Amino acid sequence: MVAWTDAERNAITSVFAKLNPDVVGPNALARCLIVYPWTQRYFSKFGNLYSAETILGNPMVAAHGKVVFGGLEMAVKNLDDIKKTFAPLSELHSEKLHVDPDNFRLLADCLTLVIAGQMGAAFTPEVQAAWQKFLAVVVSALCRQYY
Amino acid sequence: MSLSTKDKTLVKAFWDKASKKADDIGSEALSRMLITYPATKTYFAHWDDLKPGSAPIRKHGKVIMKGLVTAVSKIDDLESGLSKVAEIHATKLKVDPANFKILSHCILVVLSKMFWEDFTPETHVAMDKFLSRVSQAMSEKYR
Repeated sequence: MVAWTDAERNAITSVFAKLNPDVVGPNALARCLIVYPWTQRYFSKFGNLYSAETILGNPMVAAHGKVVFGGLEMAVKNLDDIKKTFAPLSELHSEKLHVDPDNFRLLADCLTLVIAGQMGAAFTPEVQAAWQKFLAVVVSALCRQYY
Repeated sequence: MSLSTKDKTLVKAFWDKASKKADDIGSEALSRMLITYPATKTYFAHWDDLKPGSAPIRKHGKVIMKGLVTAVSKIDDLESGLSKVAEIHATKLKVDPANFKILSHCILVVLSKMFWEDFTPETHVAMDKFLSRVSQAMSEKYR
């Protein structure tokens, strides 16, 4: 069981409240595909991923970015039981999608950078620490059903 | 993985802007690393204050940024450009090289936060690659 301090809970929920789902998810996923191009292996059905420009303009990438954001929303709403909440998603990513779990860390890093860019000074070191702890828990939950 | 001509151009252009805030970047990246990755504090047990923005952190942040300025200027041969500082980290400080990745990430967070408009996806990939290569050069003398 993860132990969250009150300060961490506040930081995580207040960060999330400030995020624009139409910007953060799509931007983070696009950056992941651009900065770590090997992640594109999972999106062969997404059409044109040829350049940074086409990735940023690709509607399927944007749509999927919002799906990812929805997943994070689910985690924020279930902070005390992320493991159980994410069990079906973990199984999906392992058994059906066959995603190398290292990719979750890469996407998590891209999310952090986008959020830092969006929030600016409000993304203090303490808030970053809480946010990254949250993402680490999410990533760990996503990795759980792999065997 | 090596830096293309485009990468180097992007890094130098971005660095031109960012280096004006070098001291702030160094201090903030180091502060964030110590708070977000508490295991890294083990290397600084001899400092009397590890709180964000403390005097030892500000001082050491400047040292780190000087290293990065050197790296940018020696971008065509990072291994020889960073040879002395790589030697120190390997033989004297004995810093686990896995930590270079951690500090690199924190530097990127600060750059994104301070220069979001300029930190485009293309600049992001160039800077990520550059810091990766810097970390690699820093890891050269370990064994």
